[in-house]
Amino acid sequence: MKDQLSQFGEAFREPQLARSLVAQLKISARAPMRIMEVCGTHTMAIFRHGIRALLPPTVTLLSGPGCPVCVTDQNDIDGFIALAQREEVIVATFGDLMRVPGTYTSLQREKAEGADVRVVYSPMDAVQLAQDHPDRTVVSLGVGFETTTPTIAATILTAQQLKLPNFCVYAAHKTVPQALAALMAHPKVRIDGFLLPGHVSVIIGMQAYRPFFEAHAIPCAAAGFEPLDILQGLLMLARQIKAGRPALENAYPRAVTEAGNPKARTIMDQVFVACDARWRGLGEIPGSGLAIRPEFSQFDAARRFKIAVVDMPPPKGCACGEILTGIKTPPECPLFRTRCTPMDPVGPCMVSSEGTCAAYYRYSS
Amino acid sequence: MCLAIPSQITHIEDQIATIDVAGVQRQASLLLLEDARIGDFVIVHAGFAIQKLDADAAQETLMLLRKAAEQAERDDEFD
Ligand code: SF4
Repeated sequence: MKDQLSQFGEAFREPQLARSLVAQLKISARAPMRIMEVCGTHTMAIFRHGIRALLPPTVTLLSGPGCPVCVTDQNDIDGFIALAQREEVIVATFGDLMRVPGTYTSLQREKAEGADVRVVYSPMDAVQLAQDHPDRTVVSLGVGFETTTPTIAATILTAQQLKLPNFCVYAAHKTVPQALAALMAHPKVRIDGFLLPGHVSVIIGMQAYRPFFEAHAIPCAAAGFEPLDILQGLLMLARQIKAGRPALENAYPRAVTEAGNPKARTIMDQVFVACDARWRGLGEIPGSGLAIRPEFSQFDAARRFKIAVVDMPPPKGCACGEILTGIKTPPECPLFRTRCTPMDPVGPCMVSSEGTCAAYYRYSS
Repeated sequence: MCLAIPSQITHIEDQIATIDVAGVQRQASLLLLEDARIGDFVIVHAGFAIQKLDADAAQETLMLLRKAAEQAERDDEFD
């Protein structure tokens, strides 16, 4: 069993192969190239494995909009908090959202002041909460990309089956291919290639990027999270860039297929339908959100509650918007390490475990 | 939020799998996965198994990486 396990994980950390990949990368990356790792988990893995230090100086890695908590619009954060302030509501959330500053307060501060906010490991735990507290309404905060959305869709289907009247979801889900297109259209963004997220790709499959790829002809490679996965993804991109021959490649074939996970996709489509969505840093992107279909409106917190939040600007001085688009790096934000630290964060990029500012804070001195 | 640690299914009951994550037993829902079997290695995200890992594909990737490494070394000798 140990051997079997290692072939999926440990084997992809072999130092000798990593060294060889770095050497090959040096040959292909003679000219400067700007590569965006779209996914927050990649950002963390790249820092954790010390990959930045191995790369030739010609390769600039930019962190993208793939940290779900970070790209959640200020209005949605304020909306989550407004729901938590209601007497009859229990808010169920992933831990990452707790400390994200809203305009006036955070979920964590509201909890300290008596609001019922529960951190769950799985969205299914929120369904259980609703069963355990029939006199309260459980609102599950649906934040995340295509990896998380099917899990939330499964909770809605389960709640429907159980005929649970007191369960609903605040859906703020987002989709990756649309964000890539928005980045390409952004006048200040300069990217030569995209390292595509591993686990979003597990669900949506390589096919989901094809329309984007055909429209923009930019180098793309999907990669896993072990050092060899990431280095191989980067090497694929460097070779495409060098040859001037963009392709849509898969460096993670043990998990990512052309079609993705059809069952998860079906469940996601059954419950959700594409809608326009507002992103921190990117503004409104057409078709980049997922709304709960009208058939499931009883499970839609936006329809059940009047969530009245005033349009507020993001925190003053916070450069999260530019960080999320790769225009700036955290040290270029004047608040980084001074007024903004993980203990006392100003913006979401410093809060989330996948946030770029948090990663820079933790791994660079 | 994405845990990339491969986990092995050791038991299945009512669409709930018991999984072994590096020696720790946990539960994962199988609602999002077609034909999961005991012994399969899966990727788990937020309490759901979201994909089976393909052993042949893993082997093939490693083999290609080794070949490329050997090739690169040989090229070096002629430099
Ligand atoms: S360092 Fe803090 S204030 Fe600056 S961009 Fe990052 S989160 Fe925002």
